[in-house]
Amino acid sequence: MSLRVRQPGLLSLLQDRGRFGQHHLGLTTGGPMDLEAFLLCQRLLGNDPNCTLVECSFGGLELDVETDTLLCVTGAEAPLLINGQPRDLWTGHRVQGGDRVQLGHAEHGCRNYIGVVDGFAVTPQFGSTATVLREGLGGLRGEKLAPGDVLPCRPDTQRQRLQLAAAERPRYGAQLTVRVVPGYQQAHFPRLQQRRFYSSPWTVSQRADRMGYRLEGPPIKGDITGIVSEGICLGAIQVPADGQPIVLLNDRQTIGGYPKLGAALSVDAARMSQLRPGATVHFAAISPHAAHNALHLQHWRMRQIPLQSPPEE
Amino acid sequence: MQLKHAGENAVLMSFAEENAAAPPGPREAAQVRAAAEAARGALQGDLIDLVPSYASLLVIYDALRTDHFSVVHRLQALQGAIEAATAGGGGREIELPVYYSPETGADLERLAREADLTVAEVITLHCATQYTVYAIGFAPGFAYLGHVDTRIAAPRLTTPRQRVPRGAVAIADRQTAVYPAVSPGGWNLIGNCPQRLFDPHQDPPMPVAVGDSVRFVAIDRQRFIELGGELA
Repeated sequence: MSLRVRQPGLLSLLQDRGRFGQHHLGLTTGGPMDLEAFLLCQRLLGNDPNCTLVECSFGGLELDVETDTLLCVTGAEAPLLINGQPRDLWTGHRVQGGDRVQLGHAEHGCRNYIGVVDGFAVTPQFGSTATVLREGLGGLRGEKLAPGDVLPCRPDTQRQRLQLAAAERPRYGAQLTVRVVPGYQQAHFPRLQQRRFYSSPWTVSQRADRMGYRLEGPPIKGDITGIVSEGICLGAIQVPADGQPIVLLNDRQTIGGYPKLGAALSVDAARMSQLRPGATVHFAAISPHAAHNALHLQHWRMRQIPLQSPPEE
Repeated sequence: MQLKHAGENAVLMSFAEENAAAPPGPREAAQVRAAAEAARGALQGDLIDLVPSYASLLVIYDALRTDHFSVVHRLQALQGAIEAATAGGGGREIELPVYYSPETGADLERLAREADLTVAEVITLHCATQYTVYAIGFAPGFAYLGHVDTRIAAPRLTTPRQRVPRGAVAIADRQTAVYPAVSPGGWNLIGNCPQRLFDPHQDPPMPVAVGDSVRFVAIDRQRFIELGGELA
């Protein structure tokens, strides 16, 4: 009772919601880079939001189905084939033993979430199945998926098929405005440098991964180059001595000593994780009140957005 | 204590002035330790995670259940309790056995030569200090201990090693640490600790926490092997 990996693609990782409450041991959170696509995949499957799914970055995943279940893929606009037939993303599909699922390379965005009914049954470590390669924790053996890996799941023929209406699906472009809550170290960046940060277009560099997205643009200079190491939250924007900001993401190290301008909103960090090298980012400062509202609105949307019955297959 | 806004769901409790002349010391570490305990009690189910480090505690909360103002209000109220808990001392005292030798500490002899000391003197100085655990990070279970006696403080290697063995005891500037797992690393290796510093199958997985104090005890080769130490 499982799905078997034929081809893992470049980087496929088992992820639940993330590993929380373990920062005091130096463990990071991991979890889905694009929380929106992850949570919507769970809802489309009727799952608990913490079930374990596969996060596939840059496509190329092929799976052999060995049990009857409902399968759903959300996220980047990539071609999905089931037994060679094109199928919709953001839609539950019945699959059965012997079926083959192929996820091609994304045209827009770069991360997909592939789930089944109640997720994949993997033993948690430190309370979570989230795979963090640097720590060798989570998933299967703390590693990325490899050909032949078996992803255990339970059989199901009852769960209702659901679909997210086309108009409601996220669109992943090559430009994004990321909202930032300015932080307490902003004072170390002169006004002109702050203005440069918020008014310049930033290019996603080749060094953009699950730890963080490094951006390229006009160097930002602060009046200090280091601080006493302190905790780093999701979305924190560090500026090292070269003046090129790094937005820290799910696999960030828990402490660091570079000065920070502030922190990106989690919902925008999620959208940013769908950007590929070469894409453009703008930053916009917002107040803590506005950040609070944006967070609630987006989470309300993710929980309440109506799902529909898809056409028969 | 200062409370600083770090992000949409994070507040930094800071116990030191930025750019203070002296590095954070045991007093700040004790405050951080006390703050972690107090914050856990005050926030309960609204708390997601805590990151203690040197002179600060990052408090990460569930912004869908509470908000910045409520969290700041509750943390502000802890000031008295933190001061009281700090005054009473605090953390545990832990002893860690170390087999100091050229075979377990590839940089021991060079470090002694450069410090104009004998190997025995380096070992004595490393064992003489009661270190404070200031932070845990870099890798799971990697504890930053300070401050090393200035006579044996040594800068990081120009070229980090590809592979530092598990248990390696090392010095970088005035910090010392035990590598909890095999990893790359640029610190000066002086010995090896046979006790596991991070074991996912143990509860707790680490023998030390931020704010605890650590003293190293020199052991010989035979004792090292008896305690399960591995020679690379």
